[in-house]
Amino acid sequence: MDQIILQILNGLDKGSAYALIALGLTLIFGTLGVVNFAHGALFMMGAFVAVTVSKVLTLSHKVVDESRTDFLGNPLQVDVPYLYDWFGQSAGDAIIDWAVPISIIVAIPIMVAIGFIMERGLIKYFYKRPHADQILVTFGLAIVMQEIIKYFYGANPIPTPAPSAFTGSFDFGVAFGFDPNAIIYPYWRLVYFFFSIFVIGAVFAFLQFTTFGMVVRAGMADRETVGLLGINIDKRFTVMFGIAAAVAGLAGVMYVPINPPNYHMGMDFLVLSFVVVVVGGMGSLPGAVAAGFLLGILESFASMSAVINLLPGINQIIIYLVAIIILLTRPRGLMGRKGVMEE
Amino acid sequence: MTNSNFSRRRVLKTGAIASAGLALPTYLRADGHTGFTNAPGDSEVTLGFNVPQTGPYADEGADELRAYELAVEHLNGGGDGGMLSTFSSKVLDGTGILGREVKYVTGDTQTKSDAARASARSMIEKDGAIMITGGSSSGVAVAVQALCQEAGIIFMAGLTHSNDTTGKDRRANGFRHFFNSYMSGAALAPVLAANYGTDRKAYHLTADYNWGYTTEEAVKSSTEALGWETVNAVKTPLTQTDFSSYIAPVLNSGADVLVLNHYGGNMVNSLTNAVQFGLREAQANGQNFEIIVPLYSRLMAKGAGANVKGIFGSTNWHWSLQDEGSKAFVQSFGTKYGFPPSQAAHTTYVQTLLYADAVTRANSFNPCAVVEALEDFEFDGLGNGKTLYRGADHQCFKDVLVVKGKENPENEFDLLEIVEVTPVEQVTYAPDHPQFAGGDLGTCNPGA
Repeated sequence: MDQIILQILNGLDKGSAYALIALGLTLIFGTLGVVNFAHGALFMMGAFVAVTVSKVLTLSHKVVDESRTDFLGNPLQVDVPYLYDWFGQSAGDAIIDWAVPISIIVAIPIMVAIGFIMERGLIKYFYKRPHADQILVTFGLAIVMQEIIKYFYGANPIPTPAPSAFTGSFDFGVAFGFDPNAIIYPYWRLVYFFFSIFVIGAVFAFLQFTTFGMVVRAGMADRETVGLLGINIDKRFTVMFGIAAAVAGLAGVMYVPINPPNYHMGMDFLVLSFVVVVVGGMGSLPGAVAAGFLLGILESFASMSAVINLLPGINQIIIYLVAIIILLTRPRGLMGRKGVMEE
Repeated sequence: MTNSNFSRRRVLKTGAIASAGLALPTYLRADGHTGFTNAPGDSEVTLGFNVPQTGPYADEGADELRAYELAVEHLNGGGDGGMLSTFSSKVLDGTGILGREVKYVTGDTQTKSDAARASARSMIEKDGAIMITGGSSSGVAVAVQALCQEAGIIFMAGLTHSNDTTGKDRRANGFRHFFNSYMSGAALAPVLAANYGTDRKAYHLTADYNWGYTTEEAVKSSTEALGWETVNAVKTPLTQTDFSSYIAPVLNSGADVLVLNHYGGNMVNSLTNAVQFGLREAQANGQNFEIIVPLYSRLMAKGAGANVKGIFGSTNWHWSLQDEGSKAFVQSFGTKYGFPPSQAAHTTYVQTLLYADAVTRANSFNPCAVVEALEDFEFDGLGNGKTLYRGADHQCFKDVLVVKGKENPENEFDLLEIVEVTPVEQVTYAPDHPQFAGGDLGTCNPGA
């Protein structure tokens, strides 16, 4: 029982990342009809906003320490962050420690701007082109974004830890009457899960309870009619592209303490997120979120050694296996609109 | 009607056959003068550096390339000469190799076997490389080694740690200076027993490919021989990025040690996840829970950040070694590039010098003469103490370093501290040891 709870918890944080990326993908597909293969790269860009903020906060000047030597035997040049000079060491350390949460504030405008530039600068020219063209151009764009990041940050992962208040883990087992160490869960993964719930809730609320959201939903249902009513739906859809980019970016920012980011982390999530979108139902926002969590949890269960011993290799194919079964039995996906992909 | 033998079709056919013959790759053509592939001219000789320039190991590849450039500079008489002055063999004098200026070409392995073979083939066929060296993966090393054997080219392996490179996949034209999984296990086990006791239960997470298997086997057999028990060994996909679902059950498995048979991005993420799940602070079976990383790399340790603190592992070489050879190399590399070299840089630099030295001692670029010169060659002064290039399997035997993540690093390079220099006798094994069984060097191939 404790193992099952543990794997459900594990699946939740993995599912959170899938759900956030799939949500953005679905927003873009539902509004603009574009299959955006650069969405994983937006997740990666968000992560590197956090890395950049962390680097900016630790910008330093050199102070020579005559008492110590470097690896060549020369007097050691110690890096002293400017924040120490401005706010003192303890306050400076506290600010540096909170680099990742601070990055959220910075990431929103940056990611929205990147989304705008992508949409206005490139993707709008592909609205009327076949999906294959859209996939090719966005995939190419993803590679360009990856290479830019690799040029500036290298290929190695860059450790960017969570604030020290959120390091360590929580013993759920003891709290719920199980043995100690039975259900251990890191604090930051809990934070990630609740953060993703908050972002998903905010996106749904925005679409559901604002006039802007209502118009967007109307546009998703019938773009032509909304246009005939004199509403500039294209402009609103561009804004939605920016929002989708920000959602992917925020997912990336918050992910960096879980696994140190590298330039190809977006690709690792991209394919799985597309499977999530297809399983959830193309164009269905609740479907994307539900399928994200569902597949995250299934992936965790498939990684249990008891399951691997029973079905070797199942951990590598479970998501695709489920996708095949669902698409064979319900081609429109879990929550797809009736008739879509079923003709 | 004329009945000429010169029909249009026959002329075309003959022309095509003649063209194909002329266009045959260089290495397939018999060289009447020398009897071996890509014999250099009188003024220069070309070496092929095949390293990952793109992909996840690009930083490691970049460091290897820096070391190769430094080696070429030193061979040609430039810079401060680096390890040429400390190398026990004194035949290299800074005038290139056998009086020919050393040139080089580079290829990108992308850490993919097919891409690595393609770039090696291109360097051999188009650029006339007489020797291929490099790589940051055992899969790549084994693939390129086999290609070089077929082509009649010497392969001086870069960073490859799987037993198979000089075990079941060994080849007469291939040589490895880097240590291997067996040596890691043999060096680590006594240190682990001394620090953590002999009553331990280990849980292995192993990358699901060749190197992972040989490392798991080596660490398991070495630790079990000292009394440890292996409670579980789980294979993880090489493409895995988040290891939480593999790590979460470890604490409740009855194990009190987690062995991460992972390298590169796998190692960074699995170690980070293990620390997040509180394994470093946990207690199991009445003892502190411990984590072990059998193969450490400073570049990877940097990726894992503070998570490496206090964690044992092994490494081929470290810049903080104080022997004359290491000091000369660190001085040379550090002055040129501004930071200390990695173990990947060290092994590739040394391999280049060893090749040049072997050619000079053999007084020939003929691969079979080079093989003969390298086999059972004993040397010193290249950073690992007295070393033997064993003729039976083309594996270097030298001291192995057991290291630990440093608790209080003084700078960004100061991530690992040397705990023990394990003497070579302790990591030496018979050529037909079961972990290396099934291989056959065969005979050297000069290619012509």
